[in-house]
Amino acid sequence: MTVISSTKDAASLTLTVVAEFDAEPARVWQVWEDPRQLERWWGPPTYPATFTRHDFQVGGESRYHMTGPTGDTPRGWWRIEAIDKPHRLDFANGLAGDDGEPAPGVEPMAGYVTFEQTGAGTRMTAVTHFTDPQQMEKMLGMGMQEGMTAAVSQIDEVLVSAAV
Amino acid sequence: MVGITYNHMVARMHSDIDVDRIFHALADATRRDILVHAIQREQSVSTLARRYEMSFAAVQKHVAVLEKADLVTKQRHGREQIVHGNLATLRRATELLEAFEQLWIQRANRIADLLAGEEGNPS
Repeated sequence: MTVISSTKDAASLTLTVVAEFDAEPARVWQVWEDPRQLERWWGPPTYPATFTRHDFQVGGESRYHMTGPTGDTPRGWWRIEAIDKPHRLDFANGLAGDDGEPAPGVEPMAGYVTFEQTGAGTRMTAVTHFTDPQQMEKMLGMGMQEGMTAAVSQIDEVLVSAAV
Repeated sequence: MVGITYNHMVARMHSDIDVDRIFHALADATRRDILVHAIQREQSVSTLARRYEMSFAAVQKHVAVLEKADLVTKQRHGREQIVHGNLATLRRATELLEAFEQLWIQRANRIADLLAGEEGNPS
């Protein structure tokens, strides 16, 4: 199991997911820092992400879009708030308009990610804090939900297979 | 079966939900407790009020907040107001977080694949 725990706090609009990887923190850090590696996991499988900008330093910003099965390209952005390589990353993640720039009037969600050495591996804790519930719906409206539905169907298949 | 539930969930997410109200209503411990009891068994505001060390009016106010968020419905039965928990609305609130949870679980698994060099689309 990669994901070892997950906590949802509806009252504070916070999601905490803890995962463990068989790689050193410095290696796990790379999948965030290198936009080509980031692209391989940020978007759901049916909505792969393309980062056209990824300025991975405090105050630096990113621009990305995801390409859906029908050619739709929802857009988003990051702003790096704090960085302590390879231990901690704080960033804001928001919706962008058709021009790729941050959409006015939509608060970004906040991501706090920590990387801890555990033997030969890494424990990554990703905390997502939503400032505005409406924004949760808007972010899900980026087309991600189709991708997630696809993933859940895949999990179903595994569960059904395992039960047989 | 999970997939079907998920599709229903996605369909519901596009409906007109005032999530602000839902989360505001759920942010209070007393209201969460009232909601749990109303879901377990529909009961009058006065029965609910006996559970808490606060005035009937205060409990009534909490019930009103839950009602505005569509987490409970209130029906008049003679002199009593019967509070009925609306489980469907409560589910919507947690579903939003669940959707993001699924996204992050998926991301973590893809990172693990990438680190293991097992990903389907080698670059």
